[in-house]
Amino acid sequence: MGKANVFDLLGPVMVGPSSSHTAGAVRLGAMARKIFNGEFTQVHIVLHGSFAETGKGHGTNLALVAGLLNMKPDDERISRSLELADERGLKLDFAQADLGDVHPNTVKFILKSTDGRQMEITGSSIGGGRIVIKEIDQFSVEIPGDYHTLVLLHRDLPGVVAQVTNLLAAAQVNIAQMRVSREKKGAQALTVVEADQKIDQDALALIRKLPSVVQAMAIEPLE
Amino acid sequence: MLSYEDLVVQAEKKNLKVGEIIILDQMEQLEQTEAQLRRRMSENLQVMRDSVASGLTGERKSLSGLIGGDAAKVEARRLRGESLVGETVSKAIARALSVSEVNASMGKIVAAPTAGSSGVLPAVLLTVEELYQAAEKDVITALFTSAGLGMVIADRANVSGAEGGCQAEIGSATAMAAAMAVELAGGTPRAGAHAAAIALKSMLGLVCDPVAGLVEVPCVKRNATGATLALAAAEMALAGVRSAIPIDEVIDTMEAIGRQMPCSLRETAQGGLAVTPTARRIHADFL
Ligand code: SF4
Repeated sequence: MGKANVFDLLGPVMVGPSSSHTAGAVRLGAMARKIFNGEFTQVHIVLHGSFAETGKGHGTNLALVAGLLNMKPDDERISRSLELADERGLKLDFAQADLGDVHPNTVKFILKSTDGRQMEITGSSIGGGRIVIKEIDQFSVEIPGDYHTLVLLHRDLPGVVAQVTNLLAAAQVNIAQMRVSREKKGAQALTVVEADQKIDQDALALIRKLPSVVQAMAIEPLE
Repeated sequence: MLSYEDLVVQAEKKNLKVGEIIILDQMEQLEQTEAQLRRRMSENLQVMRDSVASGLTGERKSLSGLIGGDAAKVEARRLRGESLVGETVSKAIARALSVSEVNASMGKIVAAPTAGSSGVLPAVLLTVEELYQAAEKDVITALFTSAGLGMVIADRANVSGAEGGCQAEIGSATAMAAAMAVELAGGTPRAGAHAAAIALKSMLGLVCDPVAGLVEVPCVKRNATGATLALAAAEMALAGVRSAIPIDEVIDTMEAIGRQMPCSLRETAQGGLAVTPTARRIHADFL
Protein backbone atom coordinates (compact mmCIF):
# COMPACT_ATOMS: atom_id res chain seq x y z
CA MET A 1 0.00 0.00 0.00
CA GLY A 2 1.24 3.44 -0.88
CA LYS A 3 1.27 6.40 1.46
CA ALA A 4 -2.18 7.25 2.79
CA ASN A 5 -3.80 10.43 1.51
CA VAL A 6 -6.30 12.80 3.16
CA PHE A 7 -9.26 10.96 1.71
CA ASP A 8 -8.13 7.67 3.24
CA LEU A 9 -8.30 9.36 6.65
CA LEU A 10 -11.51 11.32 6.05
CA GLY A 11 -13.23 8.80 3.85
CA PRO A 12 -14.39 6.72 2.23
CA VAL A 13 -18.02 7.72 2.16
CA MET A 14 -19.74 4.43 2.92
CA VAL A 15 -22.74 2.76 4.39
CA GLY A 16 -21.94 1.42 7.87
CA PRO A 17 -21.32 -0.21 10.15
CA SER A 18 -17.96 -1.72 9.27
CA SER A 19 -15.42 -1.04 6.56
CA SER A 20 -14.31 -4.68 6.49
CA HIS A 21 -17.67 -6.41 7.06
CA THR A 22 -19.86 -4.02 5.08
CA ALA A 23 -17.92 -1.85 2.60
CA GLY A 24 -15.44 -4.65 1.80
CA ALA A 25 -18.31 -7.11 1.43
CA VAL A 26 -20.01 -4.88 -1.15
CA ARG A 27 -16.76 -4.75 -3.09
CA LEU A 28 -16.41 -8.55 -2.96
CA GLY A 29 -19.89 -8.98 -4.41
CA ALA A 30 -19.17 -6.42 -7.10
CA MET A 31 -15.92 -8.16 -7.97
CA ALA A 32 -17.63 -11.55 -8.25
CA ARG A 33 -20.11 -9.95 -10.64
CA LYS A 34 -17.32 -8.52 -12.77
CA ILE A 35 -15.46 -11.81 -12.86
CA PHE A 36 -18.55 -13.78 -13.87
CA ASN A 37 -19.04 -11.19 -16.59
CA GLY A 38 -22.57 -12.00 -17.68
CA GLU A 39 -26.11 -12.56 -16.50
CA PHE A 40 -26.54 -14.82 -13.49
CA THR A 41 -29.77 -15.93 -11.89
CA GLN A 42 -28.63 -17.96 -8.92
CA VAL A 43 -25.93 -17.41 -6.29
CA HIS A 44 -24.91 -19.69 -3.47
CA ILE A 45 -22.96 -17.74 -0.83
CA VAL A 46 -20.71 -19.46 1.72
CA LEU A 47 -19.56 -17.38 4.70
CA HIS A 48 -16.41 -18.22 6.62
CA GLY A 49 -14.94 -17.13 9.98
CA SER A 50 -15.83 -13.68 11.21
CA PHE A 51 -18.09 -13.18 8.18
CA ALA A 52 -20.11 -16.16 9.41
CA GLU A 53 -19.98 -15.20 13.09
CA THR A 54 -20.64 -11.46 13.06
CA GLY A 55 -21.91 -11.06 9.53
CA LYS A 56 -25.53 -10.82 10.55
CA GLY A 57 -24.99 -7.79 12.78
CA HIS A 58 -22.80 -6.10 10.21
CA GLY A 59 -25.20 -6.66 7.35
CA THR A 60 -22.52 -8.66 5.55
CA ASN A 61 -25.06 -10.77 3.68
CA LEU A 62 -26.93 -7.63 2.58
CA ALA A 63 -23.65 -6.03 1.52
CA LEU A 64 -22.48 -9.04 -0.50
CA VAL A 65 -25.77 -9.15 -2.36
CA ALA A 66 -25.69 -5.38 -2.90
CA GLY A 67 -22.35 -5.83 -4.61
CA LEU A 68 -23.73 -8.63 -6.76
CA LEU A 69 -26.45 -6.15 -7.80
CA ASN A 70 -23.74 -3.68 -8.80
CA MET A 71 -24.13 -1.27 -5.90
CA LYS A 72 -21.22 0.73 -4.50
CA PRO A 73 -20.29 0.80 -0.78
CA ASP A 74 -22.05 4.18 -0.35
CA ASP A 75 -25.40 3.07 -1.78
CA GLU A 76 -28.18 3.56 0.74
CA ARG A 77 -30.19 0.74 -0.82
CA ILE A 78 -27.69 -1.79 0.59
CA SER A 79 -29.97 -2.54 3.56
CA ARG A 80 -32.76 -3.45 1.10
CA SER A 81 -30.60 -5.53 -1.23
CA LEU A 82 -32.35 -8.84 -0.49
CA GLU A 83 -35.72 -7.42 -1.55
CA LEU A 84 -34.15 -5.88 -4.64
CA ALA A 85 -32.55 -9.20 -5.56
CA ASP A 86 -35.90 -10.86 -5.15
CA GLU A 87 -37.59 -8.30 -7.41
CA ARG A 88 -35.01 -9.02 -10.07
CA GLY A 89 -35.57 -12.75 -9.78
CA LEU A 90 -32.12 -13.47 -8.41
CA LYS A 91 -32.19 -16.66 -6.34
CA LEU A 92 -29.91 -16.60 -3.31
CA ASP A 93 -29.00 -18.96 -0.58
CA PHE A 94 -26.52 -18.62 2.26
CA ALA A 95 -24.46 -21.18 4.10
CA GLN A 96 -21.67 -21.14 6.67
CA ALA A 97 -18.59 -23.29 6.33
CA ASP A 98 -14.96 -23.52 7.29
CA LEU A 99 -13.14 -22.62 4.10
CA GLY A 100 -9.79 -23.65 5.56
CA ASP A 101 -6.68 -21.60 6.16
CA VAL A 102 -7.98 -18.31 4.82
CA HIS A 103 -8.50 -14.77 6.13
CA PRO A 104 -11.27 -14.60 8.78
CA ASN A 105 -13.40 -12.39 6.54
CA THR A 106 -13.78 -14.71 3.60
CA VAL A 107 -16.68 -15.60 1.32
CA LYS A 108 -17.19 -18.02 -1.52
CA PHE A 109 -19.71 -17.27 -4.27
CA ILE A 110 -21.04 -19.89 -6.63
CA LEU A 111 -22.75 -18.07 -9.47
CA LYS A 112 -24.97 -19.77 -12.03
CA SER A 113 -26.63 -18.56 -15.21
CA THR A 114 -29.79 -19.96 -16.78
CA ASP A 115 -27.80 -21.58 -19.57
CA GLY A 116 -25.87 -23.64 -17.02
CA ARG A 117 -22.66 -21.63 -16.81
CA GLN A 118 -21.25 -21.84 -13.29
CA MET A 119 -18.31 -20.20 -11.55
CA GLU A 120 -16.82 -20.38 -8.05
CA ILE A 121 -15.19 -17.24 -6.73
CA THR A 122 -13.59 -16.85 -3.29
CA GLY A 123 -12.39 -13.58 -1.80
CA SER A 124 -11.44 -11.90 1.47
CA SER A 125 -12.05 -8.49 2.98
CA ILE A 126 -8.67 -7.54 4.38
CA GLY A 127 -9.40 -4.29 6.23
CA GLY A 128 -10.37 -0.71 5.52
CA GLY A 129 -12.69 -1.86 2.73
CA ARG A 130 -9.84 -3.38 0.75
CA ILE A 131 -10.40 -6.83 -0.71
CA VAL A 132 -8.58 -9.55 -2.54
CA ILE A 133 -9.99 -12.32 -4.73
CA LYS A 134 -8.17 -15.51 -3.73
CA GLU A 135 -9.62 -18.24 -5.89
CA ILE A 136 -11.45 -18.57 -9.19
CA ASP A 137 -12.73 -22.03 -10.07
CA GLN A 138 -10.20 -23.74 -7.81
CA PHE A 139 -7.26 -21.73 -9.10
CA SER A 140 -5.41 -19.63 -6.55
CA VAL A 141 -5.18 -16.00 -7.59
CA GLU A 142 -4.41 -12.68 -5.93
CA ILE A 143 -6.63 -9.96 -7.39
CA PRO A 144 -7.21 -6.80 -5.36
CA GLY A 145 -9.44 -5.25 -8.00
CA ASP A 146 -7.50 -1.99 -8.26
CA TYR A 147 -6.35 -2.57 -11.83
CA HIS A 148 -7.59 -3.84 -15.15
CA THR A 149 -6.80 -7.50 -14.75
CA LEU A 150 -6.16 -10.28 -17.21
CA VAL A 151 -6.46 -13.82 -15.93
CA LEU A 152 -4.95 -16.47 -18.16
CA LEU A 153 -5.09 -20.21 -17.90
CA HIS A 154 -2.45 -21.64 -20.17
CA ARG A 155 -0.13 -24.55 -20.75
CA ASP A 156 3.06 -24.06 -18.82
CA LEU A 157 5.43 -23.85 -21.78
CA PRO A 158 8.33 -21.52 -22.48
CA GLY A 159 7.42 -18.30 -24.24
CA VAL A 160 3.70 -18.16 -23.52
CA VAL A 161 3.97 -15.28 -21.10
CA ALA A 162 6.21 -13.37 -23.49
CA GLN A 163 3.68 -13.80 -26.31
CA VAL A 164 0.97 -12.39 -24.12
CA THR A 165 3.00 -9.41 -22.96
CA ASN A 166 3.90 -8.66 -26.58
CA LEU A 167 0.24 -8.63 -27.55
CA LEU A 168 -0.53 -6.35 -24.63
CA ALA A 169 2.30 -4.01 -25.55
CA ALA A 170 1.02 -3.87 -29.12
CA ALA A 171 -2.41 -2.92 -27.75
CA GLN A 172 -0.79 -0.06 -25.78
CA VAL A 173 -1.54 -1.75 -22.47
CA ASN A 174 1.02 -1.04 -19.78
CA ILE A 175 1.61 -3.88 -17.32
CA ALA A 176 1.71 -2.83 -13.67
CA GLN A 177 2.25 -6.27 -12.19
CA MET A 178 2.27 -9.90 -13.17
CA ARG A 179 2.10 -13.14 -11.21
CA VAL A 180 2.40 -16.69 -12.50
CA SER A 181 1.22 -19.63 -10.46
CA ARG A 182 1.27 -23.20 -11.63
CA GLU A 183 0.07 -26.55 -10.48
CA LYS A 184 2.82 -28.79 -11.79
CA LYS A 185 5.80 -27.92 -13.88
CA GLY A 186 4.92 -28.34 -17.52
CA ALA A 187 1.22 -28.67 -16.77
CA GLN A 188 -1.22 -25.78 -16.61
CA ALA A 189 -0.30 -22.39 -15.23
CA LEU A 190 -2.36 -19.42 -14.23
CA THR A 191 -1.06 -15.94 -14.93
CA VAL A 192 -2.61 -12.78 -13.52
CA VAL A 193 -1.64 -9.55 -15.25
CA GLU A 194 -2.56 -6.20 -13.73
CA ALA A 195 -2.57 -3.36 -16.22
CA ASP A 196 -3.00 0.39 -16.21
CA GLN A 197 -5.27 0.41 -19.27
CA LYS A 198 -8.37 -1.48 -20.25
CA ILE A 199 -7.71 -4.77 -22.02
CA ASP A 200 -10.14 -4.48 -24.91
CA GLN A 201 -12.02 -7.22 -26.75
CA ASP A 202 -9.64 -7.18 -29.73
CA ALA A 203 -6.56 -7.74 -27.60
CA LEU A 204 -8.40 -10.42 -25.63
CA ALA A 205 -9.42 -12.20 -28.86
CA LEU A 206 -5.81 -12.27 -30.06
CA ILE A 207 -4.65 -13.64 -26.70
CA ARG A 208 -7.32 -16.34 -26.83
CA LYS A 209 -6.04 -17.39 -30.24
CA LEU A 210 -2.58 -18.22 -28.86
CA PRO A 211 -2.23 -22.02 -29.10
CA SER A 212 -1.10 -22.46 -25.49
CA VAL A 213 -3.87 -20.35 -23.98
CA VAL A 214 -6.70 -22.43 -22.57
CA GLN A 215 -8.80 -19.61 -21.15
CA ALA A 216 -8.47 -15.84 -20.85
CA MET A 217 -10.64 -13.34 -19.11
CA ALA A 218 -10.41 -9.60 -18.62
CA ILE A 219 -11.75 -8.11 -15.41
CA GLU A 220 -12.53 -4.44 -14.95
CA PRO A 221 -11.28 -2.73 -11.80
CA LEU A 222 -13.60 -1.70 -9.00
CA GLU A 223 -14.28 2.02 -8.83
CA MET B 1 8.33 9.43 8.74
CA LEU B 2 5.68 12.14 8.80
CA SER B 3 5.72 14.50 11.76
CA TYR B 4 2.98 16.82 13.01
CA GLU B 5 5.68 18.99 14.58
CA ASP B 6 7.12 19.50 11.08
CA LEU B 7 3.72 20.53 9.78
CA VAL B 8 3.29 23.02 12.61
CA VAL B 9 6.75 24.51 11.99
CA GLN B 10 6.02 24.83 8.25
CA ALA B 11 2.68 26.45 8.99
CA GLU B 12 4.29 28.92 11.41
CA LYS B 13 7.05 29.81 8.94
CA LYS B 14 4.69 30.39 6.04
CA ASN B 15 2.01 31.90 8.22
CA LEU B 16 -0.51 29.33 6.99
CA LYS B 17 -2.87 26.92 8.64
CA VAL B 18 -1.80 23.28 8.90
CA GLY B 19 -4.67 22.40 6.55
CA GLU B 20 -3.24 24.72 3.89
CA ILE B 21 0.13 22.99 4.13
CA ILE B 22 -1.67 19.65 3.75
CA ILE B 23 -3.54 20.90 0.68
CA LEU B 24 -0.23 21.86 -0.97
CA ASP B 25 1.18 18.43 -0.17
CA GLN B 26 -1.90 16.60 -1.44
CA MET B 27 -2.03 18.59 -4.69
CA GLU B 28 1.27 16.94 -5.45
CA GLN B 29 0.48 13.46 -4.14
CA LEU B 30 -2.97 13.18 -5.74
CA GLU B 31 -2.13 15.31 -8.79
CA GLN B 32 -5.18 17.48 -8.28
CA THR B 33 -5.77 21.20 -8.06
CA GLU B 34 -6.66 22.92 -4.81
CA ALA B 35 -10.18 23.47 -6.13
CA GLN B 36 -10.60 19.75 -6.88
CA LEU B 37 -9.38 18.76 -3.44
CA ARG B 38 -11.66 21.28 -1.75
CA ARG B 39 -14.63 20.14 -3.81
CA ARG B 40 -14.06 16.51 -2.85
CA MET B 41 -13.71 17.43 0.81
CA SER B 42 -16.87 19.52 0.66
CA GLU B 43 -18.75 16.49 -0.68
CA ASN B 44 -17.56 14.57 2.37
CA LEU B 45 -18.63 17.48 4.58
CA GLN B 46 -22.11 17.29 3.09
CA VAL B 47 -22.34 13.58 3.92
CA MET B 48 -21.23 14.43 7.48
CA ARG B 49 -23.97 17.06 7.79
CA ASP B 50 -26.59 14.65 6.46
CA SER B 51 -25.52 11.88 8.82
CA VAL B 52 -25.74 14.21 11.82
CA ALA B 53 -29.26 15.26 10.82
CA SER B 54 -30.48 11.79 9.97
CA GLY B 55 -29.68 10.18 13.32
CA LEU B 56 -31.33 12.94 15.35
CA THR B 57 -34.77 11.89 14.16
CA GLY B 58 -34.46 8.88 16.46
CA GLU B 59 -36.07 6.53 13.98
CA ARG B 60 -33.10 4.35 13.16
CA LYS B 61 -32.38 0.93 14.69
CA SER B 62 -29.28 -1.18 14.26
CA LEU B 63 -29.54 -4.74 12.91
CA SER B 64 -29.09 -6.19 16.40
CA GLY B 65 -31.66 -3.80 17.84
CA LEU B 66 -29.22 -2.65 20.54
CA ILE B 67 -28.60 0.76 19.03
CA GLY B 68 -30.94 3.60 18.15
CA GLY B 69 -32.81 6.51 19.63
CA ASP B 70 -30.16 7.76 22.06
CA ALA B 71 -29.15 10.83 20.05
CA ALA B 72 -32.79 11.91 20.04
CA LYS B 73 -33.01 11.51 23.82
CA VAL B 74 -30.02 13.75 24.45
CA GLU B 75 -31.28 16.29 21.94
CA ALA B 76 -34.72 16.35 23.55
CA ARG B 77 -33.27 17.01 26.98
CA ARG B 78 -31.23 19.92 25.65
CA LEU B 79 -34.28 21.33 23.88
CA ARG B 80 -36.18 21.20 27.17
CA GLY B 81 -33.46 23.45 28.56
CA GLU B 82 -32.34 20.85 31.06
CA SER B 83 -28.80 20.19 29.85
CA LEU B 84 -26.29 19.56 32.60
CA VAL B 85 -23.18 20.24 30.53
CA GLY B 86 -24.47 23.24 28.57
CA GLU B 87 -25.52 23.79 24.97
CA THR B 88 -22.19 23.22 23.25
CA VAL B 89 -21.23 19.95 24.85
CA SER B 90 -24.78 18.62 24.78
CA LYS B 91 -25.04 19.31 21.05
CA ALA B 92 -21.73 17.59 20.40
CA ILE B 93 -22.85 14.52 22.35
CA ALA B 94 -26.13 14.25 20.47
CA ARG B 95 -24.42 14.72 17.12
CA ALA B 96 -21.75 12.10 17.77
CA LEU B 97 -24.41 9.61 18.87
CA SER B 98 -26.41 10.51 15.81
CA VAL B 99 -23.71 9.72 13.26
CA SER B 100 -22.75 6.54 15.11
CA GLU B 101 -26.37 5.40 15.16
CA VAL B 102 -26.62 6.07 11.44
CA ASN B 103 -23.49 3.98 10.94
CA ALA B 104 -24.79 1.11 13.08
CA SER B 105 -28.07 1.09 11.15
CA MET B 106 -26.47 0.87 7.71
CA GLY B 107 -26.79 4.54 6.87
CA LYS B 108 -24.28 6.62 4.94
CA ILE B 109 -21.31 8.10 6.81
CA VAL B 110 -17.77 9.32 6.20
CA ALA B 111 -15.18 7.04 7.81
CA ALA B 112 -13.24 9.47 10.06
CA PRO B 113 -10.80 7.81 10.28
CA THR B 114 -12.89 4.60 10.48
CA ALA B 115 -16.58 3.76 10.34
CA GLY B 116 -16.61 2.82 14.03
CA SER B 117 -15.18 6.21 15.00
CA SER B 118 -17.11 8.23 12.42
CA GLY B 119 -19.15 10.24 14.93
CA VAL B 120 -16.45 12.22 16.74
CA LEU B 121 -15.24 14.49 13.97
CA PRO B 122 -18.56 15.68 12.48
CA ALA B 123 -19.95 16.26 15.96
CA VAL B 124 -17.08 18.51 16.99
CA LEU B 125 -16.89 20.17 13.59
CA LEU B 126 -20.54 21.18 13.32
CA THR B 127 -20.67 22.31 16.92
CA VAL B 128 -17.60 24.53 16.71
CA GLU B 129 -18.63 25.82 13.28
CA GLU B 130 -21.97 26.91 14.66
CA LEU B 131 -20.51 28.49 17.79
CA TYR B 132 -17.92 30.55 15.91
CA GLN B 133 -20.03 31.06 12.78
CA ALA B 134 -17.11 29.76 10.74
CA ALA B 135 -17.13 30.25 6.97
CA GLU B 136 -17.50 27.11 4.81
CA LYS B 137 -14.02 27.64 3.36
CA ASP B 138 -12.44 27.60 6.82
CA VAL B 139 -14.45 24.54 7.79
CA ILE B 140 -13.03 22.69 4.78
CA THR B 141 -9.50 23.84 5.60
CA ALA B 142 -9.99 22.58 9.15
CA LEU B 143 -10.99 19.18 7.76
CA PHE B 144 -7.68 19.09 5.88
CA THR B 145 -5.90 19.92 9.14
CA SER B 146 -7.55 17.00 10.90
CA ALA B 147 -6.90 14.65 7.98
CA GLY B 148 -3.26 15.80 8.02
CA LEU B 149 -2.96 14.74 11.63
CA GLY B 150 -4.65 11.48 10.65
CA MET B 151 -2.01 10.92 7.96
CA VAL B 152 0.73 11.41 10.54
CA ILE B 153 -0.95 8.92 12.87
CA ALA B 154 -1.45 6.39 10.04
CA ASP B 155 2.21 6.76 9.11
CA ARG B 156 3.75 6.57 12.60
CA ALA B 157 1.15 4.20 14.07
CA ASN B 158 -2.18 3.05 12.61
CA VAL B 159 -5.88 3.84 12.79
CA SER B 160 -7.19 0.31 13.10
CA GLY B 161 -8.77 -1.27 16.17
CA ALA B 162 -7.56 -4.68 15.05
CA GLU B 163 -3.98 -3.42 15.12
CA GLY B 164 -3.88 -0.79 17.85
CA GLY B 165 -7.08 -1.07 19.87
CA CYS B 166 -9.70 1.64 20.22
CA GLN B 167 -7.06 4.24 21.12
CA ALA B 168 -6.10 4.00 17.43
CA GLU B 169 -9.68 4.50 16.21
CA ILE B 170 -11.64 6.73 18.56
CA GLY B 171 -8.39 7.97 20.11
CA SER B 172 -7.17 9.14 16.71
CA ALA B 173 -10.55 10.64 15.85
CA THR B 174 -10.52 12.56 19.12
CA ALA B 175 -7.05 13.98 18.52
CA MET B 176 -7.98 14.90 14.94
CA ALA B 177 -11.13 16.62 16.17
CA ALA B 178 -9.25 18.53 18.90
CA ALA B 179 -6.71 19.99 16.46
CA MET B 180 -9.52 20.93 14.11
CA ALA B 181 -11.57 22.57 16.85
CA VAL B 182 -8.64 24.75 17.92
CA GLU B 183 -8.09 25.95 14.37
CA LEU B 184 -11.77 26.76 13.81
CA ALA B 185 -11.89 28.60 17.13
CA GLY B 186 -9.02 30.81 15.97
CA GLY B 187 -6.14 29.11 17.80
CA THR B 188 -2.63 28.76 16.41
CA PRO B 189 -1.23 25.62 14.72
CA ARG B 190 0.93 25.14 17.82
CA ALA B 191 -2.13 25.24 20.10
CA GLY B 192 -3.77 22.71 17.77
CA ALA B 193 -0.84 20.34 18.26
CA HIS B 194 -1.14 20.68 22.02
CA ALA B 195 -4.87 19.99 21.89
CA ALA B 196 -4.23 16.86 19.81
CA ALA B 197 -1.58 15.67 22.25
CA ILE B 198 -3.78 16.31 25.29
CA ALA B 199 -6.67 14.46 23.62
CA LEU B 200 -4.65 11.45 22.52
CA LYS B 201 -2.90 11.15 25.89
CA SER B 202 -6.32 10.78 27.47
CA MET B 203 -7.18 7.92 25.15
CA LEU B 204 -3.96 5.90 25.46
CA GLY B 205 -4.51 2.29 26.36
CA LEU B 206 -8.14 2.17 25.30
CA VAL B 207 -8.88 -1.35 24.10
CA CYS B 208 -11.14 -2.51 21.29
CA ASP B 209 -13.74 -4.83 22.80
CA PRO B 210 -16.93 -4.75 20.75
CA VAL B 211 -19.78 -6.80 22.20
CA ALA B 212 -20.64 -9.70 19.88
CA GLY B 213 -18.05 -8.27 17.50
CA LEU B 214 -20.49 -5.59 16.35
CA VAL B 215 -19.65 -1.91 15.89
CA GLU B 216 -22.30 -0.97 18.43
CA VAL B 217 -21.37 -1.46 22.10
CA PRO B 218 -19.25 0.32 23.34
CA CYS B 219 -18.47 2.07 20.06
CA VAL B 220 -21.48 4.35 19.70
CA LYS B 221 -21.23 5.95 23.14
CA ARG B 222 -17.46 6.13 22.94
CA ASN B 223 -17.91 8.43 19.98
CA ALA B 224 -19.93 10.77 22.19
CA THR B 225 -17.42 10.76 25.03
CA GLY B 226 -14.61 11.12 22.47
CA ALA B 227 -16.24 14.27 21.08
CA THR B 228 -16.59 15.68 24.59
CA LEU B 229 -12.97 14.92 25.32
CA ALA B 230 -11.88 16.63 22.10
CA LEU B 231 -13.72 19.78 23.16
CA ALA B 232 -12.12 19.67 26.62
CA ALA B 233 -8.65 19.29 25.10
CA ALA B 234 -9.31 22.17 22.69
CA GLU B 235 -10.58 24.35 25.54
CA MET B 236 -7.36 23.77 27.47
CA ALA B 237 -5.09 24.40 24.50
CA LEU B 238 -6.98 27.56 23.51
CA ALA B 239 -6.50 28.82 27.06
CA GLY B 240 -2.75 28.33 26.69
CA VAL B 241 -2.40 24.98 28.44
CA ARG B 242 0.53 23.02 27.01
CA SER B 243 1.03 19.29 26.68
CA ALA B 244 4.30 18.27 28.31
CA ILE B 245 4.72 15.43 25.80
CA PRO B 246 4.64 16.53 22.14
CA ILE B 247 2.07 15.00 19.78
CA ASP B 248 4.54 12.97 17.68
CA GLU B 249 5.82 11.23 20.81
CA VAL B 250 2.29 10.56 22.02
CA ILE B 251 1.52 8.93 18.66
CA ASP B 252 4.67 6.81 18.85
CA THR B 253 3.81 5.62 22.31
CA MET B 254 0.28 4.83 21.20
CA GLU B 255 1.78 2.59 18.54
CA ALA B 256 3.99 0.87 21.12
CA ILE B 257 1.03 0.35 23.46
CA GLY B 258 -0.94 -1.15 20.58
CA ARG B 259 1.81 -3.67 19.98
CA GLN B 260 1.79 -4.62 23.67
CA MET B 261 -1.97 -5.16 23.65
CA PRO B 262 -2.95 -8.80 23.58
CA CYS B 263 -4.93 -9.99 20.58
CA SER B 264 -8.00 -10.50 22.79
CA LEU B 265 -8.27 -6.71 23.19
CA ARG B 266 -7.92 -5.86 19.53
CA GLU B 267 -11.32 -6.26 17.83
CA THR B 268 -11.55 -10.02 18.30
CA ALA B 269 -14.35 -9.70 20.87
CA GLN B 270 -12.45 -12.11 23.12
CA GLY B 271 -11.71 -9.73 25.96
CA GLY B 272 -12.80 -6.56 27.73
CA LEU B 273 -16.47 -5.65 27.64
CA ALA B 274 -17.10 -8.35 25.04
CA VAL B 275 -16.64 -11.16 27.59
CA THR B 276 -18.75 -9.72 30.42
CA PRO B 277 -21.70 -11.94 31.40
CA THR B 278 -24.17 -9.49 29.88
CA ALA B 279 -22.22 -9.26 26.63
CA ARG B 280 -22.17 -13.04 26.37
CA ARG B 281 -25.91 -13.11 26.87
CA ILE B 282 -26.44 -10.45 24.20
CA HIS B 283 -24.24 -12.40 21.84
CA ALA B 284 -26.11 -15.65 22.46
CA ASP B 285 -29.52 -14.00 22.09
CA PHE B 286 -28.67 -12.31 18.86
CA LEU B 287 -27.03 -15.17 17.03
S1 SF4 C 1 -14.30 -0.58 20.28
FE1 SF4 C 1 -13.26 -1.35 18.48
S2 SF4 C 1 -14.87 -1.52 16.90
FE2 SF4 C 1 -15.64 -0.16 18.53
S3 SF4 C 1 -15.06 1.89 17.84
FE3 SF4 C 1 -13.45 1.19 19.23
S4 SF4 C 1 -11.94 0.34 17.80
FE4 SF4 C 1 -13.85 0.49 16.63
